[in-house]
Formats: sequence, structure tokens, C-alpha cells
Amino acid sequence: MAKNSARDIEVTAFATHQIITQPNPLRKVLRRVEEKDMDDPIGRAEQALAGLSGEFKDWMTTEVNRLSAAYVAIRNDGFTKDRRDELFRAAHDIKGDAATFGYPAAAGIAESLCRVIEHAPDLERVPAELFTHHINAILAIVHENTKLDSISVSAELSRRLRKVADEYLTHVNRDRPEHLEMILAPSIVPGE
Amino acid sequence: MLPLRTVAKRGGNPSLTPVAIWLTKVDRFGPGVMFRIDFNKLRFLVCDDNPHMRRILRTLLHSFGAREVYEAEDGATALEMYSHYVPDIVITDWAMPIFDGLELAQMIRQPESKGNPYAPIIMLTGHSEKRRVTVARDAGVTEFLAKPISAKGLYQRILNVVANPRPFIKTKTYFGPDRRRNTNSAYMGPERRVGEKHEVLQQPSLLDKARSSI
Repeated sequence: MAKNSARDIEVTAFATHQIITQPNPLRKVLRRVEEKDMDDPIGRAEQALAGLSGEFKDWMTTEVNRLSAAYVAIRNDGFTKDRRDELFRAAHDIKGDAATFGYPAAAGIAESLCRVIEHAPDLERVPAELFTHHINAILAIVHENTKLDSISVSAELSRRLRKVADEYLTHVNRDRPEHLEMILAPSIVPGE
Repeated sequence: MLPLRTVAKRGGNPSLTPVAIWLTKVDRFGPGVMFRIDFNKLRFLVCDDNPHMRRILRTLLHSFGAREVYEAEDGATALEMYSHYVPDIVITDWAMPIFDGLELAQMIRQPESKGNPYAPIIMLTGHSEKRRVTVARDAGVTEFLAKPISAKGLYQRILNVVANPRPFIKTKTYFGPDRRRNTNSAYMGPERRVGEKHEVLQQPSLLDKARSSI
């Protein structure tokens, strides 16, 4: 349905570029309606997401076990491109998923770990403690999250680990301005 | 690798109505004009290597009313499914094995391909750096949505690609939706395009949109 036929496509040529216009191929899914027919698909979707929340703890446990296994493989056999990529993807998934699963502090720590993996000039020379502290902190947050007093502790842990990681990255990238710029650039996500 | 496919059965889930309903203001039609999207007429392709995120996306899309949601767990499978199922909208993660979401976008945006190079691509990613938004935009991505995902953020991106499509631009180095969403009379840098003045859509930049409504 989404594709117009070739005769509907108009191409206007300029010296350096072409502008291609066509009727909106998705126009048929837009329908003018009366206000009384209002519905709330966003509310419905949020409700459906809440219905999944009983599974989030198990999902998060799977994610942190994957991260832990990725690091154990590196500790045992050293960094290779594949192992580095697996560690990054595991951390990156936690960065993206953890807040949805109810572990925002774990997301922050995973982001900090991603930055270390992405911007350290030589991963073999990164102090092992920097990796283990990040990974252990994420494990602890997931396992201890049910304790009410652990929320502020988790946030503080996340903040401090990020500070230590940033100090390390700023130091080791002092002669790499393009990385330094990326390290110091603000996130596009509000509140980070 | 087997492609994954989920299609909601009619009447199987009480949250799915035969006609997905939503009313909203669509800027282009003027204030107060209300439209709804019939999600059940849209075909989605979701590409994410993480099964939990695919489940969340499937849940959200089905709740909006979508019935056809095809799923792939890597870029290569997604590309095959893209040719086979001809989805209306692609939602893809960035970081994936084999080839990633960025490469998937570049493969779809091949102007001479036999498939449809114009489908809207929504990049849903844990990356949250400005330079990533720029790279995604230059690969032909239509919308950028930074994780953590929200129903509102996803809905807004879908609404925008359905209601406010942008013309496509083809240059020697780019093929994709118009990257200019605003005129900037104070712009002083080099001009990438030469020829004639043309209309520029008044829409928030991809970066501004990525910053808002996460």
C-alpha cells in the first residue's frame, strides 16, 4: 500500500540535486473524524505495557547475566573485536531497556560503561576495576531493587561511577580532541 | 534464521479493535481539524536484536491497533522481509549484529532499487548523542526516537510520518527525506544545494524532536 506508482512521482531537477515529490502514500490511513469519537491509543498502549511489567524483573536478570557473561569471556581470554562488540551491545541494551523495566539507575551505569568501551583508546589498558565496578553495580541494583531504601543509593552509585569514568576518559583522551568533544557533549535525552 | 511474524487475530485481544482509532490535530490541515490513523491498515516491520524490546514494540503497536507487525532480529533478515512484505513503516534499532540499523536504512534508501526506497524509517535506539542523530539523518532515517521507549514518543513519530511526509532529495551523496525542516535566514555556511529557491517544510529538526517527548 505504501508505494505510489512511478507516474505519481514528480522529479524536479536542480543543478546539484533533485527534489522528488509524490502524493502521500499513507493518506488512506488518515481519516477525518468527529470529536465525540475520540479515543486514547497512548493510554491503551501504556496500560498494555504495564501489563507486561510482571516480566520485567526476569527480563532484566537475563540482560545483566548476558553482560556479566560477556565480561567473563573477556577476563578469561582477552579482548577481541567480537567480544568487545558483545560487551558493548549487552551494555547498550541495558542502557536502552533498563529504565523501561524500572531500573533507571542501571541504565545510567550501563551508559557510563558504553562510553568507556566506545572512547577508551586501548581497552586492554583500562583498569579492570572500572569494568567490574560498573558491572557489579548493575548486578546489585537488579538484585536489590525491591528494597525501598536502595533507590537513592542506586542513583548515587550511578552518579559516582559516571564521574569516575568521565574523569578517566577525559584523561586518556586529552590528546584526542574529537573523542573529548563527544565525551563532554551533552546527551539529547532530557534529565541525563 | 527464520523471520518472525506476529499478526493480531481479529477478536483475539480485547485491546485490538478492527479499526484503530485516534484523533489528533494534524498541523498541515489547520487548527482544530481532527484526524485518526487507521493503524489496522498499516504494515510495520520491526527490527531489533533484543527479544524484550521486540516484545515491547509489538505490544505497543498492537495496542495502537496495528494488526500486521513483522519482526526481524538483525538487519539482513529485516532487508529480506522488507522486500517480501513491503511494510509501510520500518522501526529499527541501531546497534545489531551482522549489519546494523544504519546500514539497513542505507540499503533501503537505494534510489534505483526495485523495492520501495521511500518507506518511512524510525530509528529507535539507545544512542543519545547529537552526532548519532546527524549520522542517522544522513543515512536517510525519517525519525529518531531515543530509548527509553514510551508509548507517546512512538505514537508521535508514527503520526508524523503518516501525516507529514517530506519530499525526498537526491544528490550525489544523499538520497532520503528532506533534511531541511526549517528556513534559517541567519545561516552563513556553505550551501550544499545550488539551483533555485525551494519550499522548506516547517518542522522541528530531527535533533529537536529527539530531545523532546522521549
